[in-house]
Amino acid sequence: MDKSPFEYAPAPESRALVSIKPQYGLFINGAWVEPKSKTKFATINPATEEVLSKISQASDSDVDRAVKAARAAYTKTWSKMPAKERGKYLFRIARIMQERAREFAVLETLDNGKPIRESRDVDVPLAAAHFFYHAGWADKLDYAGLGSNPKPHGVVGQIIPWNFPLLMLAWKIAPALATGNTVLLKPAETTPLTALLFAEVCQQAELPAGVVNIITGDGATGAAMVNHPDIDKIAFTGSTEVGKLIARSIAISGKSATLELGGKAANIVFEDAPIDEAIEGIVNGIFFNQGHVCCAGSRLIVQENIYDELLEKLKRRMSLIRVGDPLDKNTDLGAINSAAQLAKIKELSISGDTEGAFRWSPDCSLPSKGFWFAPTIFTGVTQSHRIAREEIFGPVLSILTFRTPQEAIEKANNTPFGLSAGVWSEKGSRILWASKALKAGVIWANTFNKFDPASPFGGYKESGWGREGGRHGLSAYLKGAK
Amino acid sequence: MVTLVDGSEASLLQYLAKLSGVDKVGADQRAAMLGTRSIKTSSKSWAIDMAIRMVDLTTLEGADSEGKVRAICAKAVRPDPNDFTVPSVGAVCVYNDLVKIARKNLDLNGGSHIPVAAVTTAFPSGRASMKVKIQDTRDALTDGATEIDMVIDRGAFLSGKLGLVFDEIKAIKEICGERAHLKVILETGELVTYDNVRKASFIAMLAGADFIKTSTGKVTPAATPPVVLVMLEAVRDYYLQTGIRIGVKAAGGIRTTKDAIKQLVLVNEVAGPEWLNPQLFRIGASALLNDLLMQRMKADTGYYSGSNYVTLD
Repeated sequence: MDKSPFEYAPAPESRALVSIKPQYGLFINGAWVEPKSKTKFATINPATEEVLSKISQASDSDVDRAVKAARAAYTKTWSKMPAKERGKYLFRIARIMQERAREFAVLETLDNGKPIRESRDVDVPLAAAHFFYHAGWADKLDYAGLGSNPKPHGVVGQIIPWNFPLLMLAWKIAPALATGNTVLLKPAETTPLTALLFAEVCQQAELPAGVVNIITGDGATGAAMVNHPDIDKIAFTGSTEVGKLIARSIAISGKSATLELGGKAANIVFEDAPIDEAIEGIVNGIFFNQGHVCCAGSRLIVQENIYDELLEKLKRRMSLIRVGDPLDKNTDLGAINSAAQLAKIKELSISGDTEGAFRWSPDCSLPSKGFWFAPTIFTGVTQSHRIAREEIFGPVLSILTFRTPQEAIEKANNTPFGLSAGVWSEKGSRILWASKALKAGVIWANTFNKFDPASPFGGYKESGWGREGGRHGLSAYLKGAK
Repeated sequence: MVTLVDGSEASLLQYLAKLSGVDKVGADQRAAMLGTRSIKTSSKSWAIDMAIRMVDLTTLEGADSEGKVRAICAKAVRPDPNDFTVPSVGAVCVYNDLVKIARKNLDLNGGSHIPVAAVTTAFPSGRASMKVKIQDTRDALTDGATEIDMVIDRGAFLSGKLGLVFDEIKAIKEICGERAHLKVILETGELVTYDNVRKASFIAMLAGADFIKTSTGKVTPAATPPVVLVMLEAVRDYYLQTGIRIGVKAAGGIRTTKDAIKQLVLVNEVAGPEWLNPQLFRIGASALLNDLLMQRMKADTGYYSGSNYVTLD
């Protein structure tokens, strides 16, 4: 394709809306406190490596303070409050998030590196939607079919990842509060800023002190939470590796847990697929959020008789992906979240080269500062390649082919993961058959990466325990719920 | 030239059967996403001028008269009488009895480079005998039309007589020959599904259309972004198979600069930048032109002027 005469001029979203403090404390018992460790670490903008702020490292004793605050709030206030009053707080939080949506979106993009189009159109509206949805459940739990008079666990420790910082916070905090638990939440160390802004929202909503506590820190802080004796339940989203560690740590503690872990989703395209929309689905499946998506469609499994046509169209479409400044409203692919993640993506991609797959990326210039990786596909991938088995968590797609529908399902299921899958076909019976045969918690038909608070999300096998969202997600925060 | 069908209905149906379906949810989503492109400053100025050059300035009313046509012809040549840097529009589009008047007035105003497009084949319904449709087209050509906007027989299409639709287009194309560009109006608002839009687009291209056009402007919905998206995908795919670039004309419902820029974004990112010129993309419109002019003034002066600062027609 020729270079377009229609060059889109820079259209950066303004940063003026957000005020980032030079440093942050911990949000415990409704107030900002300094960490006992007196240690701070920097959080940076991954697109420019600019230091945005200094964040507190919560120590074991800080975690203990936060647990005590959450316990007191649970015992004295939150568990005694009528459910409909709890619901009102959630509605209030949801409305404030909508009012401050642009602020959240800009902050998320600065701290995470994702394009403003996604934080503005996906992350923030969905996060608010989770609060609205769960606000409605708060006073209807008796009628949710989860047993009569279901009871909250008490104090819940929640550890969330860096890929959807605010959205994962909403997935965690909204159901926990709706079901009557109090919360201690730790955002990822590379993306704490929207969680800290959410703490301000809790203050603005006049949420009783201690119901939500936001503590920041690295893996050591997370470990202190997991091992704290007075936390009743752990909810974790992150890597399978850390998920296994958590499962081991709590094995004899009596704590409950939900774990939402990794994935290596198959996106299966049958010969009768709506091809142009399938291309969009493939692109959205793997390049949405730079591929930092646990349910990303990272394995494309295409029927051999349409492979050539599909590949040509996919390459053409990929050459239109606009990589660059995440704050620019026309950017499609932003920055990789951290140097460590970039190194991991590079390492796995090199394994693809050395194991005999063929790498292709469109021509695109990457900024010199910050962490960047071009949208990439590997063809000639086989089941035994590492890039077909391990989660890359980046904008890298492995393409495999199949001859019969049975072979497609066998290949799709031949993975230790089982979080999501996609099926592309214009034939209804084939979609139903494939959905039944696929071992994955979420299956999308003729679409990909669609989320809704009413729809339960979670995986099979090494992709995790439990479901989040919907009625099923409520049960994860209630004791003895069926 | 690659021949994709041999002219028989059987080969046409065989070809159409191989077209992939269109998933409505996905097509709508893609069009909506492209609608979020933020076109500012220099790119907006470029897009406004390009959109003006792509306008088929149109009047298709029962009340059209010589005076009305004279007015739009003057406007077509010099859209803004106060600013000679504003380009002329792509064409003037009228009913076929007014072609002669349009041609004369364009020439008088120094617009001999601007083609006259005539709607024919019993526009807008297409419900007439083939004999009438042919005569309708011949009249327009005789009077000096160099672009013919024909309508397809939607009744035949919807009842499965695809060969008939094909044959009609082919017959009109033969009459146009080298004298006129043929634009084939699908009237997508009556075809309803995107699968039909894709199928009709291919029938038109296979039968010899130089342009495929969304609508008559008499039926809503008309040139919605997803419909134009599906048609742009069709011309792109046809080009990949044959090496021939067919144009697209979006007509009906494009009233604001914002709407027009969304169309240009679709062209740029779906068919490709090669389609970004008046030879391969047109916008059928009347009210749009003034909004483009007002936005152009805003870009130059920094403020919006009122509707009294652009000419009525």
